[in-house]
Amino acid sequence: MLLRTLYKIFKVGVITEPAKAFTDPELETIGTELKGVIDRRFRGSLAIRQVDAGSCNGCELEIHALNNAYYDLERYGLHFVASPRHADILMVTGPVSRHMQHALLAVYEATPDPKWVMALGICAGNGGEFGGGDSYAHCGPVANVLPVDAVIPGCPPAPLDIIRSILTLIKDKRHTKPLPTTHKR
Amino acid sequence: MSESNDNGILSHAHRVSADPLAGLIARLDESGVVTRRLPAGGFNGAGSLEVNPGDWGTVARTAHELEFRWVAGWVLDECGESRIFQPTTLVCFEKEGRYLVLRARLAAGLNTLPSHSPWFPGARRSERHSRDAFGVEFSGHPDPRPWLRHQAWGAHQFPLRKSFSAAGAPPAMTQPDNNYPFESAHGSGVYEIPVGPVHAGIIEPGHFRFTAVGEQVLNLEERLGYVHKGIEKLAEGRDPVGLARLAGRVSGDTTVAHAWAACMAMERAAGIEPPQRAQILRAILVERERVANHLGDIGALCNDVAYTFANYQFTRLRERWLRNNRNWFGHRLLMDCVIPGGTRVDPSEELYTAIFKEEKDLRRELDELRPILEDNDSLQDRLTSAGILPAATAKALGCLGYVARASGVAFDLRRDAPYGPYDLVEVNPVCRHTGDVRARLDVRYDEIHDSLKIIIQLMNQLEPGSVVTEWRTPKPESEGMGLVEGWRGEIFCYIRFGSDNGICRYFPRDPSVFNWLALERLIHGNIVPDFPLCNKSVNASYSGHDL
Repeated sequence: MLLRTLYKIFKVGVITEPAKAFTDPELETIGTELKGVIDRRFRGSLAIRQVDAGSCNGCELEIHALNNAYYDLERYGLHFVASPRHADILMVTGPVSRHMQHALLAVYEATPDPKWVMALGICAGNGGEFGGGDSYAHCGPVANVLPVDAVIPGCPPAPLDIIRSILTLIKDKRHTKPLPTTHKR
Repeated sequence: MSESNDNGILSHAHRVSADPLAGLIARLDESGVVTRRLPAGGFNGAGSLEVNPGDWGTVARTAHELEFRWVAGWVLDECGESRIFQPTTLVCFEKEGRYLVLRARLAAGLNTLPSHSPWFPGARRSERHSRDAFGVEFSGHPDPRPWLRHQAWGAHQFPLRKSFSAAGAPPAMTQPDNNYPFESAHGSGVYEIPVGPVHAGIIEPGHFRFTAVGEQVLNLEERLGYVHKGIEKLAEGRDPVGLARLAGRVSGDTTVAHAWAACMAMERAAGIEPPQRAQILRAILVERERVANHLGDIGALCNDVAYTFANYQFTRLRERWLRNNRNWFGHRLLMDCVIPGGTRVDPSEELYTAIFKEEKDLRRELDELRPILEDNDSLQDRLTSAGILPAATAKALGCLGYVARASGVAFDLRRDAPYGPYDLVEVNPVCRHTGDVRARLDVRYDEIHDSLKIIIQLMNQLEPGSVVTEWRTPKPESEGMGLVEGWRGEIFCYIRFGSDNGICRYFPRDPSVFNWLALERLIHGNIVPDFPLCNKSVNASYSGHDL
């Protein structure tokens, strides 16, 4: 059993991009730059807490894909954490359902300053297919509930688009100023 | 009638001795229930009957006695110009692949009729949903608590009534639903674990309340509805193209199957049929969706027991599959590929060779990986006998898809009520009868192979031609029903048109509605640390449930 496992591991080899079959020079370039910024400005580690505030779960599938061996986000110093108390970035998906409004704010308040909020996907950005917020059931875009620092468009955004957006956010020096500590309920 | 084959697996017999619908109608007649046959219209082969509201309970009791399955229940507001709430309740039953829709029109001001829950436990949450959304009361319902409604609207407001505006009048800050009365247990050493709505991972929100003694789960109660986005309300007034887009976002992981079910219902209401090429392409897309989800979930299940090797292997295979989706069909998750009248995608001849190569490669990989998984004792030790769902429970709850098939309930729409193009291919539902986590994983492993086979069979029958039929505006009040075997199981969808091509009512029913109930049962007696594993093995959709 173990031999077969080792054989399979050996045969598949390192597929983390760039690999022969799926050479993606863009990921390589963005990734190198991303790692540089994280190393320089965040001592090599930046933590993300993902919150689904009403998504259809399409965005979650693509966020998950960031951890597969092709993208392997952790090699750039980015990792997803289980608690908002460990997070630098909140990555929020979905139009914010009214039933999640309070929970989302609680997560935001539990995240230590300084922090960034990324609205991931078209629904988090402007309500998308569900509309801008004049609904009995949802508040529309994340910006209607929390201060948002960056929007990642797409339905859902592909993994490479997500990586690119994170880089743009953390590269931007304007975003280094501390954000307001509390958001009024 | 269900019967056992040599393996003790329940299967729907094809040797239909008598028409089950005629049997049900005859039995209703004997019970003194007055039935009125309605034209089947967009229900395509399914029967359509009207009964008096007072007989609603007798209908359920009779259907239960004759071993029908409770497919879906929903409400319609036929208020017309008056804006005075005029409810019609509808229910769909199935037996041996035959479907029957029954309805009862309630007199204005009388919003109560008998509950189906005493006979069909799967109807409980659905009736609570209807009660919260429409204010229809189901007498004899065992559970008076709200389900869909948290604190965003009041107990006397009903968002799905036509008189309720889509914007509503929500408070600026919706308070958490903290006072929901969960079932409780008392005794020495009994304690509760509240989990959610925000979970410690990249996952949808929902609340789980465990009652445990030591490590053993005594009871699990789910509280869902956190991602309720008002999909049924948002659908009102949309045109068919807009509705198909919305349907594709009922549950993002099932975008093809939900969009197809909605398009099928709209096309039947309009009396049009998509071209053969579009039907075959739709089925190829839905099978691709099945394979992508099965690959990802097999990896995730292994990851939940810390077997990371398999996680990396299966997520690698999934990623390759998704990239092919993007290259061939323009979207990694295949969103918006299915449109009313056909498909938006029309692949070139080159797809043929590419798909054959992909199939060969994936099969080889799966055959290499399977013995590695099966011979790994520490993995199998965690999967085997965890989270057992007995066949009788699966049947009683109306469970669907791999959750039902892993417990020996063999229903599969593609075989039992085939719709185009599944009449062109051979489908043999994969079954196990142990009903544990391992069985659910094994069923999904085998289903990947089956889907690959189906994709190849379909590719071989894909002829050049048009991929979309011209849309025809349906008459007001036209109705249609869509039924598609998605990767989680049978997806049901009801659509009714209003005037000018606008949607009057859209009701999608994801298989998760019943499979969530299975999770509450199969966790009994398991240990708390096995919950993530059991949960993942069911993998019901929050969004598809909450709407």
